[in-house]
Amino acid sequence: MIDKGRYVRIRRTLLKPEDRSSNLPEETKLVPYKMWVKGYLQEDSDLFDIVDVKTTTGRIETGRLKEASPAYKTNYGDFVDEALKLRDIILGDYYE
Amino acid sequence: MSNTYQSFMDRRNEIMKKSVGLDYNKYEYKGIGFDYELLMNDQGYDLEKIIEIQSANMVGNTPLVELKNITKYARKYSKPGFGARIFLKDEAANLSGSFKARRAALSVHQAKKLGYKGVIAATSGNYGAAVAALAAKAGLKCIIVQECFDSRNISQPEILEKARKCEAYGAEVVQLSVGPELFYTFLKLLDETGYFNASLYSPYGIKGIETLGHEIAEEVMNKEGKYPEAVVITNAGGGNLTGTARGLKDAGAVDTKIIAASVRLNGLHMASDTDFNKKSFTTGHTGFGIPFSTYPDRSDVPRSAGRPMRYMDSYVTVNQGSVFFMTETLALLEGMERGPAGNTSLAAAFSLAKTMREDEIIVVQETEYTGAGKHLLPQLSFAKKNGIELLFGNPQEEVPGKNIIFPLNGGLLVHKELVMDDLRKSYLKRYKDTDLTDEDYQFLCDELSIDIDKVKSLL
Repeated sequence: MIDKGRYVRIRRTLLKPEDRSSNLPEETKLVPYKMWVKGYLQEDSDLFDIVDVKTTTGRIETGRLKEASPAYKTNYGDFVDEALKLRDIILGDYYE
Repeated sequence: MSNTYQSFMDRRNEIMKKSVGLDYNKYEYKGIGFDYELLMNDQGYDLEKIIEIQSANMVGNTPLVELKNITKYARKYSKPGFGARIFLKDEAANLSGSFKARRAALSVHQAKKLGYKGVIAATSGNYGAAVAALAAKAGLKCIIVQECFDSRNISQPEILEKARKCEAYGAEVVQLSVGPELFYTFLKLLDETGYFNASLYSPYGIKGIETLGHEIAEEVMNKEGKYPEAVVITNAGGGNLTGTARGLKDAGAVDTKIIAASVRLNGLHMASDTDFNKKSFTTGHTGFGIPFSTYPDRSDVPRSAGRPMRYMDSYVTVNQGSVFFMTETLALLEGMERGPAGNTSLAAAFSLAKTMREDEIIVVQETEYTGAGKHLLPQLSFAKKNGIELLFGNPQEEVPGKNIIFPLNGGLLVHKELVMDDLRKSYLKRYKDTDLTDEDYQFLCDELSIDIDKVKSLL
């Protein structure tokens, strides 16, 4: 169970594929239009329940509970061999 | 289509009017045009006032540096006597790390002045961080609406980093899947909260950049005794180019060539769920730059204050691999580690400098901050995971969405030039069946910076 008051992330489908804007590429027409927001959980809940959260601006949003205590996961990615080669090319080209 | 969706879109004008505190009808002419200069000058912000607001918010007065090593590098591949001096305006030094703070400073100031409790901006880019930072300083609430995920729930690392940065300033971030319905969510939030629409395209959003043009003109004049021959400006929504050019001209640099630059992303559809994560640049690219130049009023306000075709002398494109190449070059040769997207105009300038005389000056008018996610390494790593091949060779052969080609040497980094008349024709095509009055023709002349005979022949 996830306690009331935890900071969580929810997801809601705002438009089903058939309700989406008519002016879309085919591949986008096939998928729903979704929203993600973070906020404080308003009631004790389980993962994947439909819940209410209070966002940092004080709005109440409803959606499916996807994640509790959401962490930032951006990093510098995997090792990229080509980036090293790029450095060698530039330095070689400039200093040769 | 659902009633909710349509009903909000039908209320578009009413919601917009309430949220920008500005009645655009006042500026409309009878026909197709409107009084652009009045819209720009009617909001109570002159240069002195803008400088005062920006200075109080740690915005503006960024360093202008001569990139002597990069100039030397460009000269290696120039004819004798060619290879212009390249200068760079280090806009990453602004509060929140980009020139976007110049725009946000005025929008947020206006919101506060009009008594709004908060501000909302629709952006996946640096503007979100800028609005969030300035709102924090002004004690206003802030919501940033981002197009963020594809249907696999995967996002560009660069966009996730910007979400983090907005939250660092206390803003709420609403993240959406790919699609133009972002505008519908944006309207709903404006309607629900009664917050100010801190649009990138309002007069405040554009006037804030005029100081950048002024600074470039004055600094180059003070250092070199002349205005720069050219300024290269990354072009997406058109505001950066419009504001910078207006500032340059207002300061007296009327002969300085205004050159737009975008990353070439032809073949990738901006509303495509599957193309979304196949690109390595989320802004500053042709997918925004061309449509916003040829139809500026597609924006989130009734009349965009960003009207690049009025000021643009030429429009060049560079490939993704060349921008990464210059990002690395800037770090390796000048000791400046900056975000890749902000180096689009630098890549263009490196190529353009080779075509200019060595006593001429070309100014790159921005840089942006860098960090985890928003950096060459995570962006290239992400590209590989999405099946993009990383190759070395001739960048002209790059196919966006399939590969990224880094130039094998500085000589192969060459820009492509778009045909200005093709852009003008795209702009004019929606009027080909309209009966135009003299006033309409005059508006089109101003919009496209050409004379009436040229307008008629292009139509």
